[in-house]
Amino acid sequence: MRFSNTKDLGTRIESAKAARQKVKRRLLVCAGTGCIANGSLEIADALQKELDARGVKLNVELSLKKTGCHGFCEHGPLVTFHPEEIFYQRVNAKDAAEIVEKTVLKGEVIDRLLYTDPTTKQKVTKYFDIPFYAKQQRVVLANCGQIDPAAIDDYFAVGGYSALKKVLEEKNPEGVISAVEEAGLRGRGGGGFTTGKKWRICRGQTSDKKYLICNGDEGDPGAFMDRSIMEGDPHAVLEGMMIGAYAIGANEGVIYVRHEYPLAVKHLEKAIADARACGILGENILGSNFSFDVSISRGGGAFVCGEETALLNSVMGETGEPRPRPPYPAVEGLWGKPTIINNVETLANVPTIINKGAKWFNGLGFKNSHGTKVFSLVGKVRNTGLVEVPMGATLRDIIFGIGGGILNDRPFKAVQTGGPSGGCIPASALDLPIDYETLTENGSMMGSGGMIVMDDRTCMVDVAKYFIKFLMGESCGKCVPCREGLRQMSYILENITEGKGKPEDIERIRELSVGILNGSLCALGQTAVNPVLSTLKYFENEYHAHIKDHKCPGGVCKPLITYGITDKCTGCTVCARACPVNCISGEKKKLHLIDQKKCTKCGACFSSCRFDAIEVK
Amino acid sequence: MDHANTIKDIIAKYPVQRGVIIQILQDVHGRYNYLPKEALDEVAKQLSLPVAKVYSIATFYKAFSLKERGKIIIKVCKGTACHIRGAELICNELENILGVKAGGTTPDMKYTVEEVNCVGTCAMAPVIVIDDKYHGSMKPEKVRKLVTK
Repeated sequence: MRFSNTKDLGTRIESAKAARQKVKRRLLVCAGTGCIANGSLEIADALQKELDARGVKLNVELSLKKTGCHGFCEHGPLVTFHPEEIFYQRVNAKDAAEIVEKTVLKGEVIDRLLYTDPTTKQKVTKYFDIPFYAKQQRVVLANCGQIDPAAIDDYFAVGGYSALKKVLEEKNPEGVISAVEEAGLRGRGGGGFTTGKKWRICRGQTSDKKYLICNGDEGDPGAFMDRSIMEGDPHAVLEGMMIGAYAIGANEGVIYVRHEYPLAVKHLEKAIADARACGILGENILGSNFSFDVSISRGGGAFVCGEETALLNSVMGETGEPRPRPPYPAVEGLWGKPTIINNVETLANVPTIINKGAKWFNGLGFKNSHGTKVFSLVGKVRNTGLVEVPMGATLRDIIFGIGGGILNDRPFKAVQTGGPSGGCIPASALDLPIDYETLTENGSMMGSGGMIVMDDRTCMVDVAKYFIKFLMGESCGKCVPCREGLRQMSYILENITEGKGKPEDIERIRELSVGILNGSLCALGQTAVNPVLSTLKYFENEYHAHIKDHKCPGGVCKPLITYGITDKCTGCTVCARACPVNCISGEKKKLHLIDQKKCTKCGACFSSCRFDAIEVK
Repeated sequence: MDHANTIKDIIAKYPVQRGVIIQILQDVHGRYNYLPKEALDEVAKQLSLPVAKVYSIATFYKAFSLKERGKIIIKVCKGTACHIRGAELICNELENILGVKAGGTTPDMKYTVEEVNCVGTCAMAPVIVIDDKYHGSMKPEKVRKLVTK
């Protein structure tokens, strides 16, 4: 089917919507990377087999679909049944027969597969009754987990491409830019620059060629929202790109995706091919004068390529080294032509802004941060996964409300936001609203939305060392202060975590930070010191404990810790069997003992003990 | 091995334009499991690029290995979420089992252990990826079972 005008597209959207409404029962299996890892594809096959075996045919009234990521990956594989919204977690292929027999055919709920609320210990049947979902507001992630990302019809059925239709029918490029400006959409990839303003600069350039690039080089370790959006709702990204391209006058687009995301590449390729076949992408889109096509560029695995000028170099087949700005890419970008680079989540917001209106979007949020933001809530938190909340929600809302608090009821120590460019925020800041400015004022940043929760068993010096080592490895090497400064800083931190730190090291770190900050060309170097400075600001006592007392309060730095067994030990022998160097001795049902001389501090005993009897000092 | 024809086939898949070299090298890497010297020379020759240019790209990006890798690739995610949940212990355990550090290959060319920045499955941290299959919530003893299996 190829639509020759927007009216045809409108008819198709309406018929797809009507068809979706007719489907009385939908059995959805999550096929995001996380659930696939836990065997969800086998579950989908098993469900199909069980349906076949019972002669149950998939028809207009019953569908079985593989969807994108639901975000609650830790509890995967997930299977949901609609319209009852029954939510099954940690499903196994062996459960398929029972699901078909009881839930699909009789509408019964299988208790065993339901989620148990860790606070109330109650079983929860419905999707949106689970605290993890109940407290979210899903705008960007609305379709993820609800539709088959490989089927363009599924996207039509939820009103997909109606924003493109509206734009082509009702708005000139100027109108689109005004709407995005009025909505107050800001870049979701890090900096938080106003999207509409960026588009306006590019629109103002006179050039025979302009480009729009979607930045899917989600390099921040600990963030995976862009992966989930590209995998679970690829058409939304495409639609956002088309609207952006229409606004700035670009006719060529590139999606730059990390090579670590093969499923995202696969789904985007399919989406592009399907959109082309429909006449939504290509020459004279839907019979208009607007032509736009998209290609995929797989990144080579370099964190610095998230920086826009480095990304441009990478797309042009060069090494990913940033260049000075100005000229900004909006003026002089890919192949020297005006280019807009927007992050995946930013673009995925655009169709909703057009559909629901700028006012609606602007009304969501806090101060100068509008709309919602997707965070990847991970680390030492009970419910890990992707969460979407309006800007202005507090860290406490997210970590303790949606996240259900700290794993194993341990005390909260800090939350790291903004990836390697961000910082660690302590407990005293838990009630601050999350918006671009507040996070920056507190020594961190929004970044792409990674939110890594840390408990008392996390060492803040180790965290600082981790980020500095990461950035040292990822520095492109162009600016000496970044390349060499980070190396020196890494040496100092390494020494501190090995108990060889000197009191003057802290001052030296601060001095080095100033040099790196001022002497680096791009944001990688300029923000590289944030993880160190923020841990020094809030947790300087931990640095002192390492340097003066030769102790690691978090129990992480190997040269400074010893493992021991307390009298909580029941003599179950599990730790002795888990120990790879056989340094744990003791009789059954009697207190065990660790031979400190042989212990390699691998932590196997600690993670295997079920009685909390292993202590780290 | 006939590098010339293999590389000709790979290059033929892409439009003739600047910028596709990274995509080409990724396919070459996929074909050989690393970037052999002869293949890089051949890429340079067929694209009429200086060999130094091809090497600058091959050495800049993490996706490329210039050393021959083992049959089975074990990637240990060192993303922040995995780090906090004990990725270090997983690396140590792999070293204990296989006798190679991250970046190394066992002498029998069976396993290569690599550290990667983030595989984007942070909710299941710590994660290892064995030949493109993801394994979440790893513990040292689970790694042992998985690898010795």
